[in-house]
Amino acid sequence: MTRRELLKLSPLLLLGGFAVPTLRDRLLDAGVAWSDTASAAVFRRDHGAPVFADTDVVPFERFPYNGYDVLEPAIDFDDWALTVGGAVTLAGRYSLDQIRALPKVTQNTRHVCVEGWDAIGRFGGSRLADFLDLVGANPHARFITVTCADDYYESLDMATARQPQSLLCYEMYDRPLDRGHGAPVRLQLPTKLGYKQAKYLTTITVTDVLPARRSYWGDQGYSWYGGL
Amino acid sequence: MTTDTRPRPAFEHPWAVRFCHWSNAVAMTILTLSGLRIFSAFPSFGSKIPQHDLIEAVPQAVTLGGWLGGALQWHFTFMWIFGIGGALYVISQMASGHYRTVVFARRDISGVWPMARHYFLFGPKPAATGQYNPLQKLAYTSALLLGTLSLLTGVVMYKPAQLSTLGAVFGGYHGARLVHFLAMCGLLAFIPGHLMMVALHGWDNFTSMLTGWKRRPEYEPQRSER
Repeated sequence: MTRRELLKLSPLLLLGGFAVPTLRDRLLDAGVAWSDTASAAVFRRDHGAPVFADTDVVPFERFPYNGYDVLEPAIDFDDWALTVGGAVTLAGRYSLDQIRALPKVTQNTRHVCVEGWDAIGRFGGSRLADFLDLVGANPHARFITVTCADDYYESLDMATARQPQSLLCYEMYDRPLDRGHGAPVRLQLPTKLGYKQAKYLTTITVTDVLPARRSYWGDQGYSWYGGL
Repeated sequence: MTTDTRPRPAFEHPWAVRFCHWSNAVAMTILTLSGLRIFSAFPSFGSKIPQHDLIEAVPQAVTLGGWLGGALQWHFTFMWIFGIGGALYVISQMASGHYRTVVFARRDISGVWPMARHYFLFGPKPAATGQYNPLQKLAYTSALLLGTLSLLTGVVMYKPAQLSTLGAVFGGYHGARLVHFLAMCGLLAFIPGHLMMVALHGWDNFTSMLTGWKRRPEYEPQRSER
């Protein structure tokens, strides 16, 4: 009788799989992938991230710079353009003026770093959704990928890319984006962790298939989805 | 006719309770160790600029994952095991009515002090009335609440934008992170007392969490469930 009761606990031995090195990595990858799937399932495009009053915004000097490599990569600002390709009808180079011509959004949102710190900042730019419409992005495409002047790269699910708070950000604190924060244009995504919000954008590609290099930090073990 | 004077064994812990006890023991250990590694990436509850660290670094020996990304993988995997174990426990306790033996209620208040006096001040031992004494009920109920709090604040930290309404209760991402840490401290405080009590009450107490049966209960079993 007691032995049978003990045997009923045997499924717990499956947790021992986490002690086997080769199995462990696969189990943890599966755990993160499942968490990403669940995260995408609870994402609501019409439910905005919290926005804050101007008095809640941290002073500009106290908004952290966080770079993975160099804070001021070499960029020819006079000749800068965003190169757009993939599943779009109007591929080509888009100037900062063309991006600025789109309706401007200014928002006070919380920037959350995967490390655990957070800061409420003030950001301005064009909606990524408006830009995707401008370039004639295929409405059924699943992802966008971006590359950056500092060799950083990222990719985004289309639901997040088209969320109305997702910006091609060119202003912080009502001033043009400075070099350390990603001038001339960065992604500003209140529904994603900081490492998804790539700086110094140089290309955007609309695609259905993610490349092998899909996310600078995601490829090293962080969650690819990185959603808040 | 002879009267059997040996105490009848008591079936104390249904399968779901034992299963969840051990799966949660594993999950909470892993979540604590990986959580401490995650905390090491920013060991502060203040601003990033200026940054005031609470400690230099959590010793690697009590962390899991090696680096922030590795620790997050453990955390994001075992949060499911912890959450599912917790849900299974609550559902089974509600369905079976067994929760009444565990949940601290108003009638237990008067029994707390005599029991505490017995344990900590060598007072007389109050008569056992059921599977758990009032002090145990208080400890277990607190642990259940702290576990629930860790889960809720963890979910808020994981999805501060999607679950912003729930997040507002804890002060958003920033507040939830602090409460999450304090809930862990509370659960850690529960463990030494728990282990010491199990040790003091002997081997039968330990095996009953494996087989469900306690061979020599110190109280009269109220009903035979099996």
